[in-house]
Amino acid sequence: MTFVDGGTYVQLLELVQNSIIAAGVLGIVGGLIGVFVMQRDMAFAVHGISELSFAGAAAALLLGLNIVAGSIVGSLIAAGIIGVLGARARDRNSIIGVLMPFGLGLGILFLALYPGRSGNKFGLLTGQIISVDLPQLGLLMGISALVLIALLVIWRPLTFDSLDPEVASARGVPGRALSIVFMILLGLAVAVSIQVIGALLVLALLVTPAAAALRVSASPVLVPVLSMVFGLVSAVGGILLALGGSLPISPYITTISFAIYLVCRIIEWRRSAGAPRRVGSARLSA
Amino acid sequence: MTTPRPSTSDPAPVLTIRGGALGFGDRVLWSGLDLDIRPGEFIAVLGANGTGKTSLLKSMLGEQPLDAGEVLVDGHPAHRGHRRIGYIPQQKIVAPGTPLRGRDLVMLGVNGQRYGPPITTRADREKVDALLAAVGAAPYADQPLGSLSGGEQQRLRVAQSLADDPALLLCDEPLMSLDLQHQRAVSELIDARRREHATAVVFVTHDVNPVLSMVDRVLYLAHGAFTIGSPDEVLRSEVLSRLYGTPVDVFRTHGRVVVVGAPDADHHHEVVA
Repeated sequence: MTFVDGGTYVQLLELVQNSIIAAGVLGIVGGLIGVFVMQRDMAFAVHGISELSFAGAAAALLLGLNIVAGSIVGSLIAAGIIGVLGARARDRNSIIGVLMPFGLGLGILFLALYPGRSGNKFGLLTGQIISVDLPQLGLLMGISALVLIALLVIWRPLTFDSLDPEVASARGVPGRALSIVFMILLGLAVAVSIQVIGALLVLALLVTPAAAALRVSASPVLVPVLSMVFGLVSAVGGILLALGGSLPISPYITTISFAIYLVCRIIEWRRSAGAPRRVGSARLSA
Repeated sequence: MTTPRPSTSDPAPVLTIRGGALGFGDRVLWSGLDLDIRPGEFIAVLGANGTGKTSLLKSMLGEQPLDAGEVLVDGHPAHRGHRRIGYIPQQKIVAPGTPLRGRDLVMLGVNGQRYGPPITTRADREKVDALLAAVGAAPYADQPLGSLSGGEQQRLRVAQSLADDPALLLCDEPLMSLDLQHQRAVSELIDARRREHATAVVFVTHDVNPVLSMVDRVLYLAHGAFTIGSPDEVLRSEVLSRLYGTPVDVFRTHGRVVVVGAPDADHHHEVVA
């Protein structure tokens, strides 16, 4: 591992400025949508979508098309299948279990057929944001913004449907439609994440930050805020650390995100050990 | 009996069912159900599992049509999300780590169906505080839902159901799995609401005893038939025997009603009403 001196580091920073901004936006989107991924128990679905998204990206690479677009198509197909066929959790898990290896296998096939540089191949699985060019970065940011805005618009009905579906339905919240919209947003978020962190490691941005936040708070305000901060710190921190050395970005992101999760678990554990039932979460209520 | 029986001079019914019928496959569970529920009336819907109690409630919520007949709320066909209907489900296990405190559950009742940026207004907050105070849930409103007892959760459910000042409260086994003390507390909250605001109550239950003193009329569903009337009219050996077509005994002891021998009762329902 080689380290660069301060001056070179600043030059590098300017070079990857756009990537850092994109990673930051992605960290925020991942943290935010992750809250619903946890509430709707869809961590496994995220993994399933990401493998088909990888297949779509690999197909685009092979055919010389836009990789982000390919990735989105793959994501949306997977999200559509899971959304339509997997209304119940048990069905959903079996469908994902079937889709996942198929998608991964398809992606590997496309990569094997691809005659170009091997760096691109590896990048789809384990992250490659530095190699994403400017127009693609713009596309990533646009999609992230779309997901963010859509999530904010449906936030309350989606929360209602996720946490209290029976009463939400009685109150007229269209659970089925919301669930399909959510799957589309999740598919888009996954497709974007793959460009930064890779298909295999998407969960580090879409699940871990929210899971960590849920360890230390039960407040519907504090949980998404913490989750966004955790996602942002992991994604941007990962890039900044990676710049100084020769290792890829992904291990830094996954390690930071895992470390945050561990710290949150320790906080939760210390709180429950040192305080009687109930006191802990009241302290952090927003 | 805390309210007088409805008469023709009473105000318009909050809920009307005309010629209601429900089947299961090609078998008719019951048909020809006519029901008018007036403001302030407390109706208990009794019957064993599989007699369509919950389906009847869902038809009132507009979530599931009856197989025949019409359900009117305020004179219009029932539809999902009716603002004048409050709904109280049975108590459920809340998974640990669910990011929902007591007050958040009530807040969902206030603004959970609203789209747009999730900004909580001061008016919403004040409404939630008032609802929490009304059911005596303020002391534990900031605790995670999963850490609360069943009785505490159901008090919050009552507060949630009252968010839009409902004219009709639909309750689906709200006392299920509560201890006697909490059964009394929660049913008294519901009863107080209907007495003070003339809110009509439809109360689906397999055990009428916790609410026996509040009930105006009983709708008793059995396989293939139903009967409606005051508890004294319906909860009698000869009436239920005729309903079931087989000898059934109804005992009243210490203010409780015990039904023995109902053919569709599994052993939990040996004591039905």
